[in-house]
Amino acid sequence: MSDRKATAAIVGSGNIGTDLMYKLLRSDWVEPRWMVGIDPQSEGLRRAAECGLQTTVQGADWLLGQDELPDLVFEATSAQVHRTNAPRYAEAGIRAIDLTPAAIGPYVIPPVNLGEHLGAPNVNLITCGGQATIPMVAAVSRVAPVSYAEIVATVASRSAGPGTRANIDEFTRTTSRGIEVIGGAQRGKAIIVLNPADPPMIMRDTIFCAVPADADLDAIAASIRQMVAEVATYVPGYRLLNDPQFDQTTVVTGAGSTTMARVSIFVEVEGAGDFLAPYAGNLDIMTAAATAVGDAMARSLTTVGATTVGATAVGATEEEAR
Amino acid sequence: MSIGQEQLKVRITDTSLRDGSHAKRHQFTEAEVISIVSALDAAGVPVIEVTHGDGLGGSSFTYGFSHTPEQTLIQAAVRTARTARIAFLMLPGVGVTDDILAAADNGASICRIATHCTEADISVQHFGLARERGLETVGFLMMAHSQPPEALAKQARIMVDAGCQCVYVVDSAGALILEQVGDRVAALVAEVGDDAQVGFHGHENLGLGVANSVLAARAGARQIDGSTRRFGAGAGNTPVEAFVGVCDKIGIHTGIDFFAIVDAAEDVVRPAMPEECLLDRMALMMGYAGVYSSFLKHAYRQAERYGVSGAQILVRAGERKLVGGQEDQLIDIALELQREQNLALP
Repeated sequence: MSDRKATAAIVGSGNIGTDLMYKLLRSDWVEPRWMVGIDPQSEGLRRAAECGLQTTVQGADWLLGQDELPDLVFEATSAQVHRTNAPRYAEAGIRAIDLTPAAIGPYVIPPVNLGEHLGAPNVNLITCGGQATIPMVAAVSRVAPVSYAEIVATVASRSAGPGTRANIDEFTRTTSRGIEVIGGAQRGKAIIVLNPADPPMIMRDTIFCAVPADADLDAIAASIRQMVAEVATYVPGYRLLNDPQFDQTTVVTGAGSTTMARVSIFVEVEGAGDFLAPYAGNLDIMTAAATAVGDAMARSLTTVGATTVGATAVGATEEEAR
Repeated sequence: MSIGQEQLKVRITDTSLRDGSHAKRHQFTEAEVISIVSALDAAGVPVIEVTHGDGLGGSSFTYGFSHTPEQTLIQAAVRTARTARIAFLMLPGVGVTDDILAAADNGASICRIATHCTEADISVQHFGLARERGLETVGFLMMAHSQPPEALAKQARIMVDAGCQCVYVVDSAGALILEQVGDRVAALVAEVGDDAQVGFHGHENLGLGVANSVLAARAGARQIDGSTRRFGAGAGNTPVEAFVGVCDKIGIHTGIDFFAIVDAAEDVVRPAMPEECLLDRMALMMGYAGVYSSFLKHAYRQAERYGVSGAQILVRAGERKLVGGQEDQLIDIALELQREQNLALP
């Protein structure tokens, strides 16, 4: 490889951290060197060791005590744990990419606002449902004002772990906020449904947007398709299930009722299957988004060949000579 | 009733103003709630549930918007009832803990928390909060036909450990038949009976609401749901007035006056219904195929919108094993059926 890649630690050796590791191992810009956990039985730590990463069961303390510190840290633990670790990463000058609901730093949805926060010491990936649906809300709101957006995320029971289950309210609240702040809807609502069907169902998301009755529906449809293609560059299994649907409808709120057009978007998110099973598209979109953010941050960090994708041969020689 | 046998007692919760909200597409007015609560209360109904059909926060594109904000309806119900207590429903993933607190502030005193019958652990934070707030708690294990008794019992234990005081076997699809209800209630009683009560919520999609409810009571259920005039999702809920009449005849104590509730059904509740809740073709499909009752009106709407068969939408919903809350997927099914129809054209 040419340029020095940004080095990274993954804190949290569960399903998400492990799947993320496989994606980062394929990255041209980020080199995962450490996997940090607390459970000696963790399969993630075992696999990380197999892949040549340094591992520990002593948590973030161990990482922060090392002589060499990573450029980036990806944290996939819990909101509570990340809230404790975040200030310590900041103090040590390590950029943090937060896959928990802690949301200490700004929200990032790669195709919507990836470039805005590359210099931030800490960025947050909202929720899995948010990564899957906010791009669609943003696709509509960049063409027509969205007074209200609602998303329904349906995931296989097997892909919802204890953290999600103990914090369902947090999921709906955080995703709703992301729909407003990043998606551009005036008001957002998020619903999540767990389905235990066997074989497990692939993640599905439905996005409803209320737009003015005279909105340009063709432009909206085109914007949606374009955004789907953008998401698919980092989540190849992200696809529309149907053409966007348009209905004239009456939206009833506390303030009375108005006739609007309702845009309905149906997506399916199939995972890459790096470590997580393909049905767990909800988890895959998190690790894929995290990788995209990590790559972009790494590119902005490296001093050689930062403006080009991939280094030139001259740059490579200089690098190797050091 | 044999000599020496204590009379069976059940506490009935009338859900016309919550399950009935599905049948009314959530268009209840304050005046309707006041007149229905007044009539049910006067007939001796001990608990009346008032909320959007899909629980707190259900007013949405997915489930249908409420004509009147549900908290306003809850306030009106609390103001009107003299003896009856007002209950509300919430589904984690749809409503949030703030909604529970608002309902409690408005005077509702029983918090009923529903999950799909394999996902009880998403309700732990909500039961904790409800108990802290001083609410009585009930748990709903929905689509109970889809899991065997032992599995339901384990889920009931999770709810009770989290603070639930009564766990219901909820026959959301109206698909359970007689002993299947009794077995599930008995399994729950065996698992949690020392710590909590057990309840049963029936639907009429195979015409068995009253019979199933009797068997539930005999198996140990101490709380039973019904709706006056069946006013509920699908073919409707167990009719309260018929169940009360049957209980009078077989020695189960409900505390509700049969003649008063029959009059309430005829004179107050029926006029508020858009139409009678019937065991018609589409409702039967749901009982037969194990489909969530509240899908009924949504399936009608998508069938009309896309020119496909509503019955086929429901059958396919059963094939896909959709659970409660997945009304959005009915649109996807309708589009799929429409594509198949177009391909089949000459």
